[in-house]
Amino acid sequence: MDQKYIRNFCIIAHIDHGKSTLADRIIENTGALTSREMQSQVLDNMDLERERGITIKAQTVRIVYNAKDGKEYIFNLIDTPGHVDFNYEVSRSLAACDGAVLVVDAAQGIEAQTLANVYMAIDNDLEVVPVINKIDLPSAEPERVIEEIEDVIGLEAQDAPLISAKNGINIEEVLEAIVRKIPAPDGDPEAPLKALIFDSVYDSYKGVIVFIRVRDGRIRAGSQVLMMATKAVYNVVEVGYFGAGKFIPCEELQAGMVGYFTASIKNVRDTMVGDTVTEKDRPCEQPLPGYKKVQSMVYCGMYPADGAHYEDLRDALEKLRLNDASLNYEPETSVALGFGFRCGFLGLLHLEIIEERLEREYDLDLVTTAPSVIYKVHKTDGTVIDLTNPTNMPDPSEIEFMEEPMVAAEIMVTSEFIGPIMELCQERRGIYKEIEYIEATRAILRYDLPLNEIIYDFFDALKSRSRGYASLDYELKGYEVSKLVKLDILINREEVDALSFIVHADTAYERGRKMCEKLKEEIPRHLFEIPIQAAIGSKIIARETVKAMRKDVLAKCYGGDITRKKKLLEKQKEGKKRMRQIGNVEIPQKAFMSVLKLDDK
Amino acid sequence: MKELELYVHIPFCRKKCNYCDFVSFADCLHLTDRYVSALCREITQAAAYYKDREIVSVYIGGGTPSILNCGQMEKILDCLNTSFRLKGSREKRRGLFLQKKIRPSLEFSIEVNPESADREKLKLYRSHGINRLSIGLQSTDDKDLKMLGRVHSLQDFTKVFEEAREAGFDNINIDLMQAIPGQTLPAWRKVLALAGSFRPEHISAYSLMIEEGTAFHTLKKEGKLQLPDEDTEREIYYDTRDFLEKTGYHRYEISNYALPGFECAHNCGYWKRTDYLGLGLHASSMVSNTRWKNTADLMAYLEAMENFSGISETEKPFRIPGVSEPPEVLSRQEQMEEFMFLGLRMTEGVSKKGFFGEFGQDLEYTYADVLPRLRSMELIASEGDRIFLTDRGLDVSNPVLAEFVKVS
Repeated sequence: MDQKYIRNFCIIAHIDHGKSTLADRIIENTGALTSREMQSQVLDNMDLERERGITIKAQTVRIVYNAKDGKEYIFNLIDTPGHVDFNYEVSRSLAACDGAVLVVDAAQGIEAQTLANVYMAIDNDLEVVPVINKIDLPSAEPERVIEEIEDVIGLEAQDAPLISAKNGINIEEVLEAIVRKIPAPDGDPEAPLKALIFDSVYDSYKGVIVFIRVRDGRIRAGSQVLMMATKAVYNVVEVGYFGAGKFIPCEELQAGMVGYFTASIKNVRDTMVGDTVTEKDRPCEQPLPGYKKVQSMVYCGMYPADGAHYEDLRDALEKLRLNDASLNYEPETSVALGFGFRCGFLGLLHLEIIEERLEREYDLDLVTTAPSVIYKVHKTDGTVIDLTNPTNMPDPSEIEFMEEPMVAAEIMVTSEFIGPIMELCQERRGIYKEIEYIEATRAILRYDLPLNEIIYDFFDALKSRSRGYASLDYELKGYEVSKLVKLDILINREEVDALSFIVHADTAYERGRKMCEKLKEEIPRHLFEIPIQAAIGSKIIARETVKAMRKDVLAKCYGGDITRKKKLLEKQKEGKKRMRQIGNVEIPQKAFMSVLKLDDK
Repeated sequence: MKELELYVHIPFCRKKCNYCDFVSFADCLHLTDRYVSALCREITQAAAYYKDREIVSVYIGGGTPSILNCGQMEKILDCLNTSFRLKGSREKRRGLFLQKKIRPSLEFSIEVNPESADREKLKLYRSHGINRLSIGLQSTDDKDLKMLGRVHSLQDFTKVFEEAREAGFDNINIDLMQAIPGQTLPAWRKVLALAGSFRPEHISAYSLMIEEGTAFHTLKKEGKLQLPDEDTEREIYYDTRDFLEKTGYHRYEISNYALPGFECAHNCGYWKRTDYLGLGLHASSMVSNTRWKNTADLMAYLEAMENFSGISETEKPFRIPGVSEPPEVLSRQEQMEEFMFLGLRMTEGVSKKGFFGEFGQDLEYTYADVLPRLRSMELIASEGDRIFLTDRGLDVSNPVLAEFVKVS
């Protein structure tokens, strides 16, 4: 296939602006195979794949479009994760493309993530094709949004297709714009192999399936390839491309193409996203730019609700790690929660996704402790430790000083909410940098914020204080010295290690008080009174009390009620089972996440 | 001879009360004749099946049993009296117990409501062996009665109570309901004092529970029910006990009070796990450690009984197709649990000897993981052979009793 009939692109958008709906429409309005391939033996292979039941993780898909110029084009639509946690993965996916379709909501216009995504696309030299979506909404203002795109981003948008992905309006125009505006790839098929890894999935039959964009050269079964960053060498077993939901093997992938290869790779860590694949015997001179080793930013403890399921949790984490190179974990123990794992994530969303997958796909009941960032503790003996678990914080007398990670945050907000949002940033120890008005009623606020203030509930607070209008984008900036203390929680006078967290000294009192209040709501009344205390070292800084249960009695019990009565008692007992016993106190699992919800304003 | 209690359900009412979640119908009075026939068929069948059992108590409950007319009730009573082997012969009962005033060995109760009981019905009950009346009064305040959805007044009750005494009933219970919407402690004291002034032999004083599917439940969800708070409810509860104890009644179960010797044997049977057989719509049974229920569907019950052609007496347990729901056989574990959570409802609690006699193992040993803890928290106490709930233990009896239930 001639490169000039290939278009490699992605769709970028702010959350909820209609990215996946448009992707679905594009796939529906095109074919999965070229007319020549339809007649070949590929169908058999597809059946085989179907039997194996392999499906493709992301919506990365190769489709065929018969354009108005009478030619058949191959579109590779590369999906990009839609969250700031996965910024690096997004940037690598973008790097695999030649262009990007920018979806902007006709009613809401440009948002923080729109801008962040556009800048990232431009950084990766992509041609950006704007599309105005949701034009059928009563509140749609396409004219205003077009102007906004031209003014704020500086993109020509007068001829942007005006569409409704939901109702299938003007989708054809988007397809034509892709053909017309996005450049064809221009790699050299005869040069040494140079391909970018932008994703991978683990398959129990084939091992790691590596998603690549071939820049130069060619790759086929039997090629001996080298991953330039990890130095891993493998013999390619199979190459192919992405059918609609299926992997379709082919003979060869050439410069300009997007597809996959397998090589019986057992470890997903050998094929890191962003790495360059080349030939072992004829390597390219330079790897592709932009490779970074991903690092966990947020840590938390994950424990099986029922200690007997520790092994199950370990097996499940191991399986998830096969697919997710950015998930880290190591065993740890907690006095309160028993045996579990300290897990590292890219961000809070990543944490939540893993938690949900463990619960849904592996049917595990989990207790998750409050997330923590990595603090750098400079000890008086000159050593520096990376602290990921508050429990391991050294005694204050051994600490010279501590540092915490900072992020540079961009918050886009309409002018009426600037006040409340600045107030929020101030509360979260933000350092004001600048305010930039992108139009009369909208501005970007730039703050440096401690990461630990963001990972809790910052995003929710942002939304609630701006009636959902503010949007956030951030990137890690580095470490700064900070006055931090460890806050301990005592329940019925017993310290609960899993509830300890690290907090800035200035906000410790407030956090301690809120934490006690929150726990008071979460812990059900017992047969006795339960004091809940927050302490720094041996100093109690806040206290609440869960009053003893006054009554819980079934006044009436007839013969016919006995089965029902027993059900009631069983339910009561069942409820207790789902709690954690700390001393005499039963603590509901979700109380361990309370610290996340302290700002319920 | 093995003992058996009988429960007979009459699922009809003039009107459904606002708090009631029992199986009872207010709009099916045209079906009472059919129901009585069906019930008699079930009684006859069951009696044939359990002919080797001696009936130690009979309880006719509802619904409102007194809603049936004399002819209907007579049919049921005759059927019970002639089919089952009731403890002590009828002649004996008449002769001995009426003259020498010895408590009859068979307790035979019926529930009546003030609006539907009358002199004639009471006489019929008495002459057919019924020796205990349970009158649903609930409150002595007509405003309360209206709010609860009752269809009688205090005056109706007074009349029935006097007629009952005249008819010779020397064992009468009054049902009262406490902690009802809007009730204060002084208001309750007035109700209790007035009810007590009738000097019934037995008083049941239940704290109102809001059950799903009742009119009160709907109101509560809509926030339209002003229930007394927990502290008031407990004050009312303890005030009831103190008042009744001063006037000669003792509390023998969480919500039941009696003059000495007048404890309700039938209900104690439930808590002591005596075998009982439920007859009629949605009646529950427990025989030989198997529990089952009859259907709650009135039409299904009537049709099944009408088409019923008899069962083999060798088939075990007693089942009527279309009427008896699938039985649940209690494991040894479950039997022990029931022994504890039912027995502890009684203020005398459970007997360690009784436990050993039934299960061949030591109670203290069996619940060694539970008893010391509950004792140290002063939720249960022991005296000699008995283990019982303390006052605090009664207040929070659900979580305490749940400790004896194992969840797989």
